[in-house]
Amino acid sequence: MARLFFEARSIVLPGDIIAEGDDVEPGGIFVERHGKRIIALITGLVDIEEQDGKYIVSIIPLEGAYIPRPGDIVIGLVKDIGITHWEVDIASPYKGILTVQEVLDKPFNPATDSLKRYLDVGDYIVAKVLAFDRARDPLLTIKGEGLGRISEGSIVEIKPSRVPRVIGKKGSMVNMLMEETGCSILVGQNGRIWIRCPSRDLEEILVLSLRKIEAEAHTTGLTERVRSFIREERSRRGV
Amino acid sequence: MYKAMAHTSESKPSLIRWEERDGVKVAIRHDGRTPDQLRPIRMEVGVLSNADGSALVEYGGTRVIAAVYGPREAVPRHVALPDRAVIRCRYHMAPFSTEERKTPAPTRREIELSKVIREALEAVVLTELFPRTTIDVYMEVLQSDGGTRTAALTAASLALADAGIAMRDLVAAVAVGKVDGVIVLDIDEIEDNYAEADMPVAMAPNLNRVLLLQLNGVMTHEEFTKAMELAVKGINTIYKLQKEALRKKYVSVG
Repeated sequence: MARLFFEARSIVLPGDIIAEGDDVEPGGIFVERHGKRIIALITGLVDIEEQDGKYIVSIIPLEGAYIPRPGDIVIGLVKDIGITHWEVDIASPYKGILTVQEVLDKPFNPATDSLKRYLDVGDYIVAKVLAFDRARDPLLTIKGEGLGRISEGSIVEIKPSRVPRVIGKKGSMVNMLMEETGCSILVGQNGRIWIRCPSRDLEEILVLSLRKIEAEAHTTGLTERVRSFIREERSRRGV
Repeated sequence: MYKAMAHTSESKPSLIRWEERDGVKVAIRHDGRTPDQLRPIRMEVGVLSNADGSALVEYGGTRVIAAVYGPREAVPRHVALPDRAVIRCRYHMAPFSTEERKTPAPTRREIELSKVIREALEAVVLTELFPRTTIDVYMEVLQSDGGTRTAALTAASLALADAGIAMRDLVAAVAVGKVDGVIVLDIDEIEDNYAEADMPVAMAPNLNRVLLLQLNGVMTHEEFTKAMELAVKGINTIYKLQKEALRKKYVSVG
């Protein structure tokens, strides 16, 4: 019979025994089985799921670096230009590689053409992770809808571990932010957020709200608190 | 440490006083502690905003700050390993941490301690999760009053947990020693200078594993067993304080 030592959504620390028993399974890479015990490997919130009589225990990390996964939408900063590829900083221990085939639809001749014409150092891009297996650097693409160079708006950088909270359940948080401020928001999985706002004041309010979410990510009832924060700020600034 | 060498056995001060308490003779140490008592311990997590994780740990007059960066891209590239992250440790004593100025250049002692601390941390950190990266751990002794390596290790494991690096357990450490024939917990600088033995111990309490054990001096088998028991007791107390310090970071707000 399973014994759970922590309630769902409570904070665990490395070394904590989350549960004991044969009908508990570790889920994800942040929990490990030691004999009958399931121990936590990272600071985070416990997530317990019941699935045909078994409990699956996993942790939503509160801290930690961004590890790319294929399919993730990330916001990258072009750092260097090679002969047929760009090196892109994606706020991760691993740098992104964007090959010319993933940018241009036509063949590219390095003898007559320069990559600089398409993307230069210092450009921000919205990209998708194509492939990543930890043995080699992640491959990116900007072919696809909504991907490509960013030419307007601002970038806000937060801790990658706070991204799920900024998005919220089924996008509840990000939708609320867009409704209340009138800005358009794109959240990269790597913790970079692209925002386009109708005015400077609204942009400032949005940035403050994002910082608030980042600082209070582990608390409950955050969406409503942020909503009232935005309304307060708007009436105070008269926008 | 160097002063102790200059002293002869005649000038050795008496560090243990015997007192009657409730009809039992108890050893009282120079600062009023009983043999199984820790110094006042203070821990704070997240003290540096530029580091990914940080912690400040005080064991009495010993004060150590630890900062963790990473996992991050390995620079220079050739230090990276294809199958796991590299942990780099720097234990360093600030020039102002001791009574007499210590040269800021790393000494043999500091290089050795950096190595043993690194090996203790490698035993708990899941380095295989982040191949080709480095995890940098910097420990700076701000004030030294004995037991700096154990305080540094305690601070380093807190900083790693604060940085969100996966590890199987926290590391808690404390030094035990033999002073005037009495086995005592958490020895400080004065006791260390005149001690017959000094033994730093680090453990991963939940895994029940010893990660660091050094012994300077001589102890009998019984004395060692008793010292080890005392160390385990101290480590369990420190471990609880570590968890409290980490939780405290998240309980406010809301």
